[in-house]
Amino acid sequence: MSVDVKEFIPLMPEIFLLSMACIILIVDLYLSDANRSITYGLSVISLAITGLITFQLMPTSPEVVLAGTFVSDQMSAVLKMFVYLVTAIVMVYSGKYLKDRSIYKGEFFVLVLFGVLGMMVMISAHSMLTIYLGLELLSLCLYALVAMHRDSMNATEAAMKYFILGALASGLLLYGMSMLYGASGTLDLGELAKFIAAGDQTDLVLLMGAVFVVVGLAFKLGAVPFHMWVPDVYHGSPTATTLFIGTAPKLAGFAMIMRLLVEGMGDLHAHWQEYLIILAVLSMVIGNVIAIAQTNLKRMLAYSTIAHMGFVLLGILAGNEQGYSAAMFYTIAYAIMGLGGFGMILLLSRKGFEAEDLNDFKGLNDRSPWFAFMMLIFLFSMAGVPPTLGFYAKLAVLQAVVNIEMVWLAIVAVIFSIVGAFYYLRAVKIMYFDKAEDHSPITSSADMRATLSANGLLVVALGIYPSGLIALCVQVFS
Amino acid sequence: MESIYLTIALAPLIGAIIAGLFGKQIGRAGAHSVTILGVAISCALSFYVFKDLVFDGGAIFNGAVYTWAVSDGIRFEVGFLIDNLTAMMMVVVTFVSLMVHIYTIGYMADDDGYQRFFSYISLFTFSMLMLVMANNFMQLFFGWEAVGLVSYLLIGFWFKKETAIYANLKAFLVNRVGDFGFILGIALVLMYFNSLDYRDVFSASGHMANVTIQVIPGVDWSLMTVICILLFIGAMGKSAQVPLHVWLPDSMEGPTPISALIHAATMVTAGVFMVARMSPLYEMSETALSFVMIIGAVTALFMGFLGIIQNDIKRVVAYSTLSQLGYMVVGLGASAYAAGIFHLMTHAFFKALLFLAAGSVIIAMHHEQDIRKMGGLRKYMPITYITSLIGSLALIGFPGFSGFFSKDSIIEAVHASDITGSGFAYFAVLAGVFITALYSFRMFFIVFHGKERMDAHTKSHLHESPLVVTLPLILLAIPSVVIGYMTIGSMLFGDFFKDSITVFSQHDVLGKVGEGFDGALGFITHGVMGPAFWLAMAGVATAYYIFMMKPEIADNIKQRFHFIYDLLDNKYYADDFNDKVFASGSRGVGKLLWKVGDENIIDGMVVNGSAKTVGWVSGIIRHMQTGYLYTYAFVMIFGLCGLLSYLLFG
Repeated sequence: MSVDVKEFIPLMPEIFLLSMACIILIVDLYLSDANRSITYGLSVISLAITGLITFQLMPTSPEVVLAGTFVSDQMSAVLKMFVYLVTAIVMVYSGKYLKDRSIYKGEFFVLVLFGVLGMMVMISAHSMLTIYLGLELLSLCLYALVAMHRDSMNATEAAMKYFILGALASGLLLYGMSMLYGASGTLDLGELAKFIAAGDQTDLVLLMGAVFVVVGLAFKLGAVPFHMWVPDVYHGSPTATTLFIGTAPKLAGFAMIMRLLVEGMGDLHAHWQEYLIILAVLSMVIGNVIAIAQTNLKRMLAYSTIAHMGFVLLGILAGNEQGYSAAMFYTIAYAIMGLGGFGMILLLSRKGFEAEDLNDFKGLNDRSPWFAFMMLIFLFSMAGVPPTLGFYAKLAVLQAVVNIEMVWLAIVAVIFSIVGAFYYLRAVKIMYFDKAEDHSPITSSADMRATLSANGLLVVALGIYPSGLIALCVQVFS
Repeated sequence: MESIYLTIALAPLIGAIIAGLFGKQIGRAGAHSVTILGVAISCALSFYVFKDLVFDGGAIFNGAVYTWAVSDGIRFEVGFLIDNLTAMMMVVVTFVSLMVHIYTIGYMADDDGYQRFFSYISLFTFSMLMLVMANNFMQLFFGWEAVGLVSYLLIGFWFKKETAIYANLKAFLVNRVGDFGFILGIALVLMYFNSLDYRDVFSASGHMANVTIQVIPGVDWSLMTVICILLFIGAMGKSAQVPLHVWLPDSMEGPTPISALIHAATMVTAGVFMVARMSPLYEMSETALSFVMIIGAVTALFMGFLGIIQNDIKRVVAYSTLSQLGYMVVGLGASAYAAGIFHLMTHAFFKALLFLAAGSVIIAMHHEQDIRKMGGLRKYMPITYITSLIGSLALIGFPGFSGFFSKDSIIEAVHASDITGSGFAYFAVLAGVFITALYSFRMFFIVFHGKERMDAHTKSHLHESPLVVTLPLILLAIPSVVIGYMTIGSMLFGDFFKDSITVFSQHDVLGKVGEGFDGALGFITHGVMGPAFWLAMAGVATAYYIFMMKPEIADNIKQRFHFIYDLLDNKYYADDFNDKVFASGSRGVGKLLWKVGDENIIDGMVVNGSAKTVGWVSGIIRHMQTGYLYTYAFVMIFGLCGLLSYLLFG
């Protein structure tokens, strides 16, 4: 098999990031703890340069290279750039939290960078094998990141659960892929699509393979009933890791669904649409209802994530350009809001204290009116209150669902959004109307404060002028 | 020019925002400077626009400046229609508003809500300008509601005063009744014309002459009549016509400057302006015109009676406002739109003057408003005295003063009209002249002449008001005298309104009146020989005789005709009727719905019930999250099996 060197050009971002991750790993060996911020700086700069490369290489039409295993198209470029952005912000938010817990190590940054690489591979995958490769790279990094805080019982337990359940899900996904391979004789998603279009769409092996694949995807996104790991892992991980797990991998997960279901099995839409309906409805119902009973903010946000992923699935199951772009818009919006929500926990945490309980937010308005307002924006956005980003995200998805004449689904989504509004508003009430028990000042760094404020204002700004981001998401699929 | 129009509308808004949101930072002087600057810019530019349009022959502007939304082919726009009618309204509104702004510096000097007050009145100026400059029904409605809102805020400006809160609630509720009719009218326009733009609606109105609709099934009504009457119901609320007049006297609970600006000169005349603006629609329905005329006549006459027995200085002026609004509406009903608008303009000046003069008296009397405790103020307050005299003479229509021209032309127009109800209206407006003169000069004599009835303390402090108060009085007194003389030729009998107001030839009463018109002096000569002048003189003489020479006559009449006095004193029992029937009736219905519908069914079952159910379910399902790995794996496998069986058996 001869490979033209030009074929590697679309891979430049991946190659660059891989090299940088290795260099950072080595440089970090020679750094003392006091100079660890060099690692931090290098990581952020690497992400920025990778972003630049990706932007420069943004293709106008899809380019499939390396014997059909890798694709570079507009969706991959846009999603990757959001992954870099979100990851860079994760690094900004995490610094002080990690220092306070003596886990401000090079491993964190290197593992995150390798995780990003895994996501990039997933996003650009054009073969089932590439998808699996990227997924495993990401997952292994995440398992290690969850376990970073070795002395914490919670973290170790969460890592163990995540690892075992993740292995189970990977097995199911791989099993599904092997069935698809068995039925079609190809790993290439383009070829698979052609095979399905030409062949027998009632082939049981093919359909069962689709079920297993959907299960694997649902696990990755955290859709009910494959969600059980989400609350425990979100809760048990160091919050910096939770922040990472809760945001960037959702973008990759969205890409994985798009690649496997839409590009690979577009003609089985009628089948997987039904599975996604079940998963989406269960996610919105269970996620929103159980979140009400939570007193731990990280667990509450975990269940809220599950509900939000239900919304993303709603967009995808619409099965047309409008639905895909709505789902992508929702995923990006969720990543931005999630950054803010978990970022607030990091902001309020300090040495020996995790501000992860709802009661830790009591009277936040008296302690810091500005950040109480920022949290209000994030919570309103997650609840879907206009004029925030979350409102337009929900609106776009609901429009897509209504347009395929599944009004009942939109009604269910709206009803459970209202149920969900309860726990978001309860948190707002706690911040604004309850008396503060904790009066210690907020001690986070200036860059984090600035970034978090920018994050909050972005949620409002994109809520007032959503057209740019919406247009971007629409353009990707047109 | 477009940017000039925008500046005119927005300058007061910017002033209001600065004074309202940053009142603490900029302080009292800052608040009045910034709002006065905003209104002064508006006023100067309005005069410029007026000059450009009327004297330099500038073009009429009619266009959108901002498209808010397009839905189903209907455009919702912010747009301006600037013709002679609008330009005149802009000048009146901004000029009176500027005077009131300046006056307020003196009147509200000791008030805690100083900045808030300036913010409100500037906001009002913006809203009123949006209303008169509108080129479509949506913006008209926006301005309509916005002035109503500010009026509500200002009536309740002293929100710790029980009566003020009652009054603003009342104004709000009564205006809701009117606005309900108004918005129904707009909805009908939208439904049949498929546009909210004046230009489209007016040009299409010709085709709608014979369209009928069935409001009550089986009865055909002319569409134009229904639209016009519904729109007029809005005007009845805003311009306080019987039976929706009840809020205006109570609105006097607000500070005097806003009584002058909002409840005399500008906002309450919005209804008159609106009907004149809609003249192409009203012309198509004689039924609606008759309705308008009769309502106006009833208001003009019967509200005048009430003025005779009031003892609160502001309430006397308030009832006179009601009565004068009635005159304007009668003019509209007679198709003499120009006369109605003309009276609107002269009235704006002299009534603002009278209110501000009353305010000046109130300041001097240390916020005493009862005229029975005044008297002989002439020698203490010469400027207030003279300006009040000018205002009163203008109000009763003394020949040569502005009110004379406008009122006489309305009376002549009604006389010339022959639609249903014009006979009654003619009687009402003539009798009204006598009544107007009687109550105006009753108050004038009691306040400024006769015995000094105030207590010694007040008396020792009596002095003329400061310059910021008297200057607006003087500036308003000038147009009160001369504006009628100067403009009657062009506004009433010339072609000033030819592009703004449509009158069908069969209704053209002003044309008939104008046949004999040979200049303002001739009009005066003609007026002196007519019955109106002599009735006014008789009113003044009666007032002088009864209240200055033989006060016991008044008491005598009061005792002998006590049933009439009671009827007037209770304002025809309209308030009691509203309180007992509408207010307690709706409270009863509300209470029923609240207790049974809301508390039991909605709150009890739907809201709390579903909340409890969700909470209960949530408490149960959370136990599924056991924390044991095998449970999690089991649920996953269970889910997989579920999906597989759905595939195989579903």
